[in-house]
Amino acid sequence: MNSLSDFVLVSAMLFGIGIYGLVTKRNALRLLFAVEIMINAANLNFVAFGQYLPFENGAQLAPNALGQTFVLFSIALAAAEAAVILAIVVVAYRLHRDVDVSELKSMEG
Amino acid sequence: MMVVTVGSAIVALEAKEIIYGAIGLAGSLFGVATLFFLLDAPYVAVFQIAVYIGAVAVLILFTVMLVREEKWSKELPASSGTTLAGMMTGLAVVLTLAIAVVDTNLSQFNTVVNGATFVDIGELISTGDAPVLLVLALVLAASVVGALTLSRADKEEQSQ
Repeated sequence: MNSLSDFVLVSAMLFGIGIYGLVTKRNALRLLFAVEIMINAANLNFVAFGQYLPFENGAQLAPNALGQTFVLFSIALAAAEAAVILAIVVVAYRLHRDVDVSELKSMEG
Repeated sequence: MMVVTVGSAIVALEAKEIIYGAIGLAGSLFGVATLFFLLDAPYVAVFQIAVYIGAVAVLILFTVMLVREEKWSKELPASSGTTLAGMMTGLAVVLTLAIAVVDTNLSQFNTVVNGATFVDIGELISTGDAPVLLVLALVLAASVVGALTLSRADKEEQSQ
């Protein structure tokens, strides 16, 4: 497992699993899991492409940390998103006694 | 590692008990962290372990264990049509991306050529990306305040 295509394939599989979860699951926590898996797939792609294909700086290939830095920001954002979603799920559960998203209808127009 | 990562992701979504699902998610996140190590990006890998496994996975586990209600883990099984639609969509995405990967001949890149170290990352964060870091700090603060407000409003409602 040492070429760029291997990492991109793992990332594609993770993304596919995430999409499968988003389509089939109705439990809000499972949806959170699916979103986290998809974010991880995207992060893996950023780092893989960043490490294998550095930007050209003139004639020389210069090391750059753009891909890794972007992933650091993305991980921090995902942590914030998970905290907010968990808070929403807990409040929704206390109000509706359910975490099934098809039962939460008070926000429907 | 590939098998561990993808297998744990499937366990995260398909485990009967949601707590095993959360543990599966942690396993999948750990698998991605090891892939970061393989990609010669140790700083991102350690960050992933610290933030994702240390904070997010543990936060989910604690929430599930503290609010130990049956409805959290019980889930009506999706209809066979929905399951089929989900599988078809997921497979279509994976196949499309796999064909694109094979077609563009990405396997010719087989050595990590980018030698960026954590010094480069720190330099980039503190110079060019400094505004992004500030905005991120604000977003994190806002999310913490938002989560606290949600739980506080709920308490007020209960006391009424």
